[in-house]
Amino acid sequence: MAAHRCRYLACLLLLFLSVILVTMSQETTLGHEQHELVIRPLHSGDIYASFQFRTVWETDFMKGNKVSHYRLFPKSLGQVISKFSVRELHISFTQGYWRTMQWGQPFIPSPPGAELWVWFQDSVTDVDATWKELTNVLSGIFCASLNFIDSTNTLQPSASFKPLGIGNGTTDHRFLRYATLPREIVCTENLTPWKKLLPCGSKAGLAVLLKSEKLFHSSFHSQSVHIRPVCQDRQCKSSSWELRQALNVVFDLHTSGQSKREWSLFKMFSRTLTEACPLASSSKIYIDVTDNPQEEQFELSPATPLLSQAVVLGDRRTFSVYDLTQQVTFGTVRSLNLMIRWKSSEGDMLRPLLHAERYVTGYGLQTGEIHTLMYNNHPFRSFPVLLLDSVPWYLRLYIHTLKVISKGKDNNPSYIHYQPSKDRERPHLLEMLLQLPPHSVTEVTVQFERALLKWTEYTPDPNHGFYVGSSVISSLVPSTVAMETNITMEQPLFSSFFPCKEESSYFARVYTEPLLVNLPTPDFSMPYNVICLTCTVVAVGYGSLYNLLTRSFQVEEPNPGLAKRIANVIRRMRGVPPL
Amino acid sequence: FKLSLYINHNITTYALISFRNSFISPRFVQNSAGQFFSSGHTNNWAVLVCTSRFWFNYRHVANTLSVYRSVKRLGIPDSHIVLMLADDMACNHRNPKPATVFSHKNMELNVYGDDVEVDYRGYEVTVENFLRVLTGRLPPSTPRSKRLLSDDRSNILIYLTGHGGNGFLKFQDSEEISNVELADAFEQMWQKRRYNELLFIIDTCQGASMYERFYSPNIMALASSQVGEDSLSHQPDLAIGVHLMDRYTFYLLEFLEDIHPSSKTNMNDLFKVCPRSLCVSTPGHRTDLFLRNPESVLITDFFGSVRKVEITTEVLNLTHPIQRVEGSPVNGESHREVYSYVDQLPVSEIIHQKPKQKDWHPPDGFILGLWTLILLVFFKTYGIKHLKHIF
Repeated sequence: MAAHRCRYLACLLLLFLSVILVTMSQETTLGHEQHELVIRPLHSGDIYASFQFRTVWETDFMKGNKVSHYRLFPKSLGQVISKFSVRELHISFTQGYWRTMQWGQPFIPSPPGAELWVWFQDSVTDVDATWKELTNVLSGIFCASLNFIDSTNTLQPSASFKPLGIGNGTTDHRFLRYATLPREIVCTENLTPWKKLLPCGSKAGLAVLLKSEKLFHSSFHSQSVHIRPVCQDRQCKSSSWELRQALNVVFDLHTSGQSKREWSLFKMFSRTLTEACPLASSSKIYIDVTDNPQEEQFELSPATPLLSQAVVLGDRRTFSVYDLTQQVTFGTVRSLNLMIRWKSSEGDMLRPLLHAERYVTGYGLQTGEIHTLMYNNHPFRSFPVLLLDSVPWYLRLYIHTLKVISKGKDNNPSYIHYQPSKDRERPHLLEMLLQLPPHSVTEVTVQFERALLKWTEYTPDPNHGFYVGSSVISSLVPSTVAMETNITMEQPLFSSFFPCKEESSYFARVYTEPLLVNLPTPDFSMPYNVICLTCTVVAVGYGSLYNLLTRSFQVEEPNPGLAKRIANVIRRMRGVPPL
Repeated sequence: FKLSLYINHNITTYALISFRNSFISPRFVQNSAGQFFSSGHTNNWAVLVCTSRFWFNYRHVANTLSVYRSVKRLGIPDSHIVLMLADDMACNHRNPKPATVFSHKNMELNVYGDDVEVDYRGYEVTVENFLRVLTGRLPPSTPRSKRLLSDDRSNILIYLTGHGGNGFLKFQDSEEISNVELADAFEQMWQKRRYNELLFIIDTCQGASMYERFYSPNIMALASSQVGEDSLSHQPDLAIGVHLMDRYTFYLLEFLEDIHPSSKTNMNDLFKVCPRSLCVSTPGHRTDLFLRNPESVLITDFFGSVRKVEITTEVLNLTHPIQRVEGSPVNGESHREVYSYVDQLPVSEIIHQKPKQKDWHPPDGFILGLWTLILLVFFKTYGIKHLKHIF
């Protein structure tokens, strides 16, 4: 029996080796890989590092081809896409909140907690059941509690979250599902499976820098996975799958224990780079030097001759480029440790054109009011924004109190979609298309009432409060320079995430803060206290009454001494009455 | 009685196998029989549970992670470990060193590590989920990493830590599991043949009460304290501000750090971990349900994943070359639609969008007709003269 098994194992090994040899001899373009790291020094002394790993896989799922051979594309995600007929999948895990006013716009925005939105293909018949299964499978892949996504926090937006990939024109929002878990914690256990999806893992290339002890000791950390179909070539007659893994992190100057303003790869990640990932066709580091044309603000070492310009987020930025596929980048020491040393402090930072805030007002545990503020900082142009608000069912919105005010006047939205909540079934969904006037603040207010939950529905720590997910503001922000409308392979990754249809504006998505709201919480220690108190009272009361009614007193002779007892015994023997 | 049935079943199976391989030499049979009855397990699983929430229960998470670390180091892969942590300490905002959980003060040993995979975390750690994992009764969409896919040749290590009392263990400060429930869960596992041998370790106050009620065979249990005693914590770290580990698990970790995959230490040494002088409480153990002598049970039988490998020197000839299966040919239609990127914010399209299909309500005429019918019936029965009172 054992001999049979071994023979079987040996046969399997030889088969495996021969398959490897056969595939190696056919070095087809089954896909290619692009790695990128963008480092942008921020005005406040912090530094923003954005990793993007892009895998393109030339196979067309939309035509229904079955695939069984995975090379660069991770098998776990490939099986998920094909089994659940997913057209697009976007999932992000974020710790911290992106401060737009201090840091500008991120390359890939994400809300605090976990966010998942999926476009299913037209062939799916029961979207809700498929969505439920998909969230469970993803919770196993990413070690996150995505199985808490159910109908009470799933939305079906009617106009936001259009597909980011290619399509054949029609977008039926019945196949879109969006959910967010603002309470979700991000830690090393989410980073580990994320790193395993990379073809080189965390062993070579830029992923070597991803050490959790440094990444989570930051002001903002976000890791995301985006899968979408893209054009295979310029004619765009067939599609190929693109997997983008992005990791955005903002390191704080003061918490990393520095007094002088100086950043290096070793200080940020406690690692240096020694080689590029051999499977990547391009692996580059971009440092944003737009504010530093003559090196008067900071100094970059080792120096690099490569300079590139790209239009990103409506602005033309200049970058110093380090190409990791060239051996000369690593120099004689065979290791690259970029250092940025500041010489002088800088002037003002440009304010971002679009910025949003949200907060709760009111007092007590019964009513409150949600205020959402949207700032348009452009001096003369107005632009449209689409606001998507989702409020859980236990905060009952009074939609008749909804007010939108810009510059003191009512601002009527050109499109409103409101879906009221159903208790314990679905949340409130409010979508509005607003035109923000130039240089103004638009305030959206709505009053709500807090509901009392059933006692089993409270979390084990209900006094922490309950989270309301971030609002999503999608807008077309006017750009100062002409945007690139043709997305080609040669563009750097950070500028080609959102597709551009027109040159004068770019698409941006801004997330507000999540809200933390206290619900009226019962005192869970009370049942125990009540039982103790009641039982004590009953025992004391009933016991005393019982004693009063049934206790009778009898006279009892005291116990006689030993001499008297012996005398009694003798008297009994004699037949005489005892003493 | 149950035990003898099980042994008979094994002997019958073995007899069948040996009958099939009757051409094998008798010495081989004898060796295999000796090997067969010595340990009897082919795979190892571990279920490690921390049941406490809140920052001041940091030590329970550190306990569980130190056992996780030892178990992983000795060879059990992540796919065979079900790790349940009720709260997140590593990335807690109170942690001065994020993404770390320390077991020794002065931050000597980070038991959280760089490649940890937590299967159940936060609110998912409930009594119901724990019992479902043990008995295997999980909803069909549960992913593999959250399942205990053990069989009748699996040795399972179950480690529980948290706050407990006489006969119960508290989960997340809101519910408890009693020792009777736990014993019944193990009996379900036995009847469904979900384990070969089970090692149960519990580090809570009055931990010995949790294994009092076990009645299924092949279970060995260890606890950090007897009934009526409290398990104490080891040492606080002044930088982090909380106690880092419990005493029993601290000394257990020190004991396990000396074990490597090929060590021959047996269970009797494990029983001696943390004597009263170090632990203040009296650790207890229970071996009456266990078949084998604890002296013959290796630590790596439960904490490690030692596989028996037999090397063969036979050569296999492949006569047929492997054919590569060609993918389906490209669809040769001349007309193919051109794809394009979708407009992200099509303002005019959105404004003129048709409203979404609403839920079905009865048609407006129906309500009107219903009321007309009611009025008609009313006036029919009570006469037309009342009509003038309405109009």
